[in-house]
Amino acid sequence: MSQVPLTHILFVSTALFFIGMYGLLTRRNMITMLMSVELILNSVNINFIAFNRYLYPSRLDGVFFTLFIVAIAAAEAAVAIAIIINLYRNFGSIDVESAEEMKY
Amino acid sequence: MPNAAYILLIPLLPLAGFVLLGLFGRKYFRRSAGLLGTGVVLVSAALALWVAWQYFSAGHAAGHYGQTVPVRLRWLNFSPGLSIDMSVILDPISVMMLFVVTFISLMVHIFSLGYMKGEARYATYYAFLNLFTFSMLGLVMAGNIFETYIFWELVGCSSFLLIGYYYDRPTAVAAAKKAFIVTRFADLGFLIGILILSFYSGSLDIQTLVRRLATPGSPLTEITTASFLGISMLSWGLGLVFVGGAGKSALFPLHIWLPDAMEGPTPVSALIHAATMVVAGVYLVARLYFVYINFDHVAVLQIILWVGAISALLAAIIACTQTDIKRVLAYSTMSQIGYMMLALGTFHPVGEATTLGYTAAMFHLFTHAFFKALLFLCAGVIIHRVHSNEMEDMGGLRKSLPLTHICFLIGCLAIAGIPPFAGFFSKEDILLAAWDANKAVYYIGVFTSGLTAFYMFRLYFSVFWRRPAREVGGHHGDGGHREAPFTMKLPLVILSLGAVFAGFVPFSSLVTYDGTPQEGHGIGLFAVFPVTVAAIGLGIAAYLYRTASDRPERAASALKGLYRFAYHKFYIDEVYLFITKKIIFNFIGRPAAWIDRKIVDGLMNGLAAVTAWVSAAIKRLQSGKVQDYALYFFAGITGLAILFIYIYT
Amino acid sequence: MSASAVVFYILSFFIVASALLAVTSRKIFRSAIWLLFTLTGIAGLYFWLQMEFVAAVQIVVYVGGIVVLIIFSIFLTQQSGKDLPVPVRGRAVFSILAACAGFVLTCLILRGYVFRPADQAPDSVGAGASAGAGANVGNIGAQLLSTSEHGYVLPFEVISILLLAAMIGCIVIAMKTKPEHR
Repeated sequence: MSQVPLTHILFVSTALFFIGMYGLLTRRNMITMLMSVELILNSVNINFIAFNRYLYPSRLDGVFFTLFIVAIAAAEAAVAIAIIINLYRNFGSIDVESAEEMKY
Repeated sequence: MPNAAYILLIPLLPLAGFVLLGLFGRKYFRRSAGLLGTGVVLVSAALALWVAWQYFSAGHAAGHYGQTVPVRLRWLNFSPGLSIDMSVILDPISVMMLFVVTFISLMVHIFSLGYMKGEARYATYYAFLNLFTFSMLGLVMAGNIFETYIFWELVGCSSFLLIGYYYDRPTAVAAAKKAFIVTRFADLGFLIGILILSFYSGSLDIQTLVRRLATPGSPLTEITTASFLGISMLSWGLGLVFVGGAGKSALFPLHIWLPDAMEGPTPVSALIHAATMVVAGVYLVARLYFVYINFDHVAVLQIILWVGAISALLAAIIACTQTDIKRVLAYSTMSQIGYMMLALGTFHPVGEATTLGYTAAMFHLFTHAFFKALLFLCAGVIIHRVHSNEMEDMGGLRKSLPLTHICFLIGCLAIAGIPPFAGFFSKEDILLAAWDANKAVYYIGVFTSGLTAFYMFRLYFSVFWRRPAREVGGHHGDGGHREAPFTMKLPLVILSLGAVFAGFVPFSSLVTYDGTPQEGHGIGLFAVFPVTVAAIGLGIAAYLYRTASDRPERAASALKGLYRFAYHKFYIDEVYLFITKKIIFNFIGRPAAWIDRKIVDGLMNGLAAVTAWVSAAIKRLQSGKVQDYALYFFAGITGLAILFIYIYT
Repeated sequence: MSASAVVFYILSFFIVASALLAVTSRKIFRSAIWLLFTLTGIAGLYFWLQMEFVAAVQIVVYVGGIVVLIIFSIFLTQQSGKDLPVPVRGRAVFSILAACAGFVLTCLILRGYVFRPADQAPDSVGAGASAGAGANVGNIGAQLLSTSEHGYVLPFEVISILLLAAMIGCIVIAMKTKPEHR
């Protein structure tokens, strides 16, 4: 574990973060947007755990944050699915391009 | 000296009448407007008479008729010496004008009680008449030159309102517009003249201004040395003030509005365009006379002299050919005002009768007011009876209008200068002043007086003697028709008394340019030549017009070209129309309109169009798509991050 | 290069590759599966970091719960067979640019920063033993529910209320409204 410097782990999590960001901005399907959001949240989790392990080994705060984020992500995924189902009922498709009621 | 309050009441009463009738006339004073308006002017006239009596008796006792300022109210103070005050000046001519204006106005008000009876806008008419009376009284009493200008414009405005009284007639509207525009254009000259004079004298108060500009060798000698285009500034100032006066007094070449102004009701023509407003220019020159006769500026006086003479002659020639009774009287007014102006211009530095011109002009103004108003009111009666203005529709009326016949005859004799009627005395004074100043002008004056007699008696004989070409008036069932109501006959009688006896007023001992009485000079043999010329004119008119014949047509065809020129008023109107339509409209009006439409409006429209274009271009940012918004959001954050981390370290 | 470093690099490569495939795959079901692999890889990373409890939670909640939920929703919206539509061209370009710019920026910042451990070095035996012993289930459980300093009982309670609210919210949002009786 000590051979891998902290920054390498952070690179991984950053890459994951921006991949999730790319997916969020590009994917037209609402469910795949949700998947990208999960990627982003996971990258944050990696960050917390890495910092906890490398910088604060005698404490557990990073673990707790991670646990809470996991719980919240689960709740949020459930609510998001509910919204997607509702939108699917109203617009007939889950293409996010079709939800443009706020257009000029 | 009478109390200042009474003096102020003289113009303020008609003002109150105007306000009352203007605001409430249509609702409350529908039928009594005439009585209210006339009552107000009656009180004013009585007050004016009393003020005149007091002034002249006090002056007579003192041996000198001085100039006093009983009332002065500071209004707009620009600098210690320069302020616009509302002040009242009392001197011989202002007191005389107070009396003339109120008296003639009273006569016209009484006459209108009968003439305008049954008019739809009766109250409005009397409101306007009262407004005019107020404005004219303010003008003659003004002691501050800017105050004069204010009332000058007010008079013009009242004239506009009254000429255009029958506003549903397009000719009346056009005439009102023309009068206002021409006099306004002349008033521009007046205003510039005021500014020049007040700048160089450092004051707007007439007494101070005259005193500073008229004493030679005063500290303000720079006026005589400052010059523009080779003419001294004082000459410019006086000349421009005279231009303003010439516009209001309908002198050549700014006379074109006066004949058209006859579109207004006849009593209005009597009051405004015969007796009072048109003499405002003469009054203005007389008011500033001391400055005019400052002998370095005799040049301006020469202009005044010749403009007056030319106007008198021109108008007389044109009047010989006109067929509308009111037009003839209008041109005759122009001619008489020309006489007054030329009398003012006859100042001659050496010789005894040097300031006779001033007295003569004022005397003629006084008598002219009486007989011209009389003539116009008689014309009103005739028009009322015949329902037409044209001379061909009239004729042989001496049986059906006996009183009018006598009054009209008296008026014609007065204007022709036949002794012992009023016009004789004043016209002889003018000719005497002209004889001393400039012989050529004297001969023009005499010839014009012969023409005056000719055209006035042409009018008289055509209306009252000549059998008409066709019978008129029969279908109006005038078998039992009275001549005119009492309210229309009373002013005629009073004015004819004035026309007969006004000449006997010892004017030269009352009204002179410096207030000291001059003893009356005998006219004597000097008067023989002009009276003979006038009698010849009368005779020719009688020969041509007394009975119906073709002698006038033969005479007219003998003078073909001249007759045609005179009949078309020397084409001066056409020249003006050419200048305005072809030159001013095309070279100034159209480019200005183009600039306004294309450049000014274009700028505004362009601004709006650019805004709309920009808004249409950026509205696409609002696409309604969540991912676009997220992208903008993220791009903004990245940008800010770069900014703060790398640029603002 | 020790074995753990090699393991780490293989794991991270696996994670990143799966994530890339998850966001670019044309078929939605495959995308979900790639996501599953990514999350499993992350759990492996946690195991490698010796945070076993978190790894277990990751597998149970994320992989076993959320991905399954996603697959359910895919079936509910009848999308599984068809190809996903192509992303909008302009947006894709700008997104790649933005993501790369952000990535480069963050890496630059990370490289320039010196991370200092607050406690003693983690690979000393005594500390490692206590640290390793510190992250076990018993300690986590005790500290999660303790009310003393560094106790997380308040967020724990708040989270439970949040889960309740989320549950109710999901039911309400996804409820079919009954048609009005005539």
